[in-house]
Amino acid sequence: MLFRIIIKKLAILLISLFFVVSLTFFLFKLVPGDPFAQEQAVPEEILHSMHHHYGLDRPWYVQYALYLKGIITWDLGPSFKYEGRTVNAIIKEGASISLVLGAEALLIALIAGIFLGTLSAVKRGSFIDRLCMIGAVVGISVPNFILATFLQYIFSMKWGLFPVARWGSFAQSVLPAVALAMLPTAFIARLLRASMVEVLLQDYIVTAKVKGLSFMRIWACHVFKNSILTVMTYLAPLCSSILTGSFVVERIFGIPGLGSWFVTSILNRDYTVIMGLTLFYSGILMASVFLVDVLYTILDPRIKLSKVAYA
Amino acid sequence: MPEKDPLFLPYQIKEKEIHYDASLYLSYWRSGWKKLRANRLAMAALFCLIGLMLMAIVGPMLTPYTYYDTHLQLKNMKPCKMFWLGSDELGRDLFTRMWWGARISLSVGMVAAVLDIIVGVLYGAISGFIGGRVDELLMRFADILHSLPYLLLVILLMVILGPGIFTMIVCITITGWINMARLIRGQILQLKTTDFALAIKALGASRWRILLKHLIPNTLGSIVTMLTLTIPTAIFAEAFLSFLGLGVQAPIASLGTMAHDGLSALRYYPWRLFFPAGCICITMLCFNILGDALRDALDPRIHL
Repeated sequence: MLFRIIIKKLAILLISLFFVVSLTFFLFKLVPGDPFAQEQAVPEEILHSMHHHYGLDRPWYVQYALYLKGIITWDLGPSFKYEGRTVNAIIKEGASISLVLGAEALLIALIAGIFLGTLSAVKRGSFIDRLCMIGAVVGISVPNFILATFLQYIFSMKWGLFPVARWGSFAQSVLPAVALAMLPTAFIARLLRASMVEVLLQDYIVTAKVKGLSFMRIWACHVFKNSILTVMTYLAPLCSSILTGSFVVERIFGIPGLGSWFVTSILNRDYTVIMGLTLFYSGILMASVFLVDVLYTILDPRIKLSKVAYA
Repeated sequence: MPEKDPLFLPYQIKEKEIHYDASLYLSYWRSGWKKLRANRLAMAALFCLIGLMLMAIVGPMLTPYTYYDTHLQLKNMKPCKMFWLGSDELGRDLFTRMWWGARISLSVGMVAAVLDIIVGVLYGAISGFIGGRVDELLMRFADILHSLPYLLLVILLMVILGPGIFTMIVCITITGWINMARLIRGQILQLKTTDFALAIKALGASRWRILLKHLIPNTLGSIVTMLTLTIPTAIFAEAFLSFLGLGVQAPIASLGTMAHDGLSALRYYPWRLFFPAGCICITMLCFNILGDALRDALDPRIHL
């Protein structure tokens, strides 16, 4: 059964990936105008040789086939705007930075979210609970780019506690990571509270209390494992929000990660880089969705395929 | 004559027992409204939203300026008597611009959310109602679309279609309806098997009539809740895109573009960022609070 589920999920994953690949290709084929057109008219011959150089003078199906082949062999082609740079190199360069930042943000979000969610579930109905939940709504409502600028303004410009921008030291990564972690933290806290409140009302928790187990033991052995499952289904969309959040946050803090590259290439209309990064992002996200799904199925044997949120 | 067994006496109906308490049998919407009204935070959010919308309508009329008037001698003014919220780098009045921006942002958010809901409800309802192979196929397609990262797809489409209000609404709608479709499908699947659906069928109602007149109206609670929670998502998407430079084009401003312009002047003229940013936050916060409260008030599981 498990094997079948995995195969089915894998099939969906591959189809989705193929869909993204084709979608990006054909969307960019539909773009009006020439990728090399500039404000001054470019001589016909130069355009011609440019097209020839990048293989744009061939029929679309040949380009499509070459594009697919390039993706399978992980060769995403050259950048149209930055001569001599390949999309592969850009991804390699940016990914190492963005990955560290993203992992840091995810870690903050998990720790803070689990702490706050547990706190308000255990103290349900109290002032602390209300405070946490109002805080969570605020956290969901404040857009990450606004939070990032506020953090930068207050902590760096006014108080000078953290460096204003750039990348390299740990201190420089704190503010962007916090800005990125805000939304997932609030989300995790809310989800965890909801599921934990339900778990806490179960009979087996009463049994555990009657047995005289300590709070920490009940929490670790019984409550946590059963309530974290709901949060897990949402891990993939949370990764996605951290990822898209990184576009603006990296830009605000001047971090040369993938997000910055993505925004720059959008503004430059650097099509190959946009396509390559879109694919890279989608691939990562879909793979994480897949992993979470499989993990979820393994962890919770009650689950049926239809119930797995394919988020 | 044996004494009558008290267990077998004829039952005397007392006046008190058939007393009908109308307050216990409020209709779905009345009880929902009652619960909502009891939630003070939600009511505050509701009034705040009404105030924001009113200001978005009348705000620009309160000043003698338009959103594109430039006063080049009066650049980057602090909030003062002349410019209530200051002026920007071209000397345009920020108060007027902000409410113009709120107009754009709110309308983009609401139109996109409503379109999302329409598409999502129809798709989900048809998928759940027909069921079987069609359902399987439609939901697999939704799964695939859902697995694509939402904002990434919107950005991609915006790059290709070019910036503008209309394209933005289209882009947000294309990717935003899936959650709604899944939710409604689940509910329709449940409702389909209920006795009342069977009764309507037995009365000879046509399939479309059952779906449109009976099943969809029963999901209205979730639709309203979802609508309230989709609007802030759409407003966020608009602000995000504008912030990336893919939003509405100058001289029109949305709150997102104003925040973007304000960012470059953050160090010396922080109010240029703070006012529009605060406006976005408050709008989204109110919608989220209201949506949460609606979910609590209209959730049929809590309903008596």
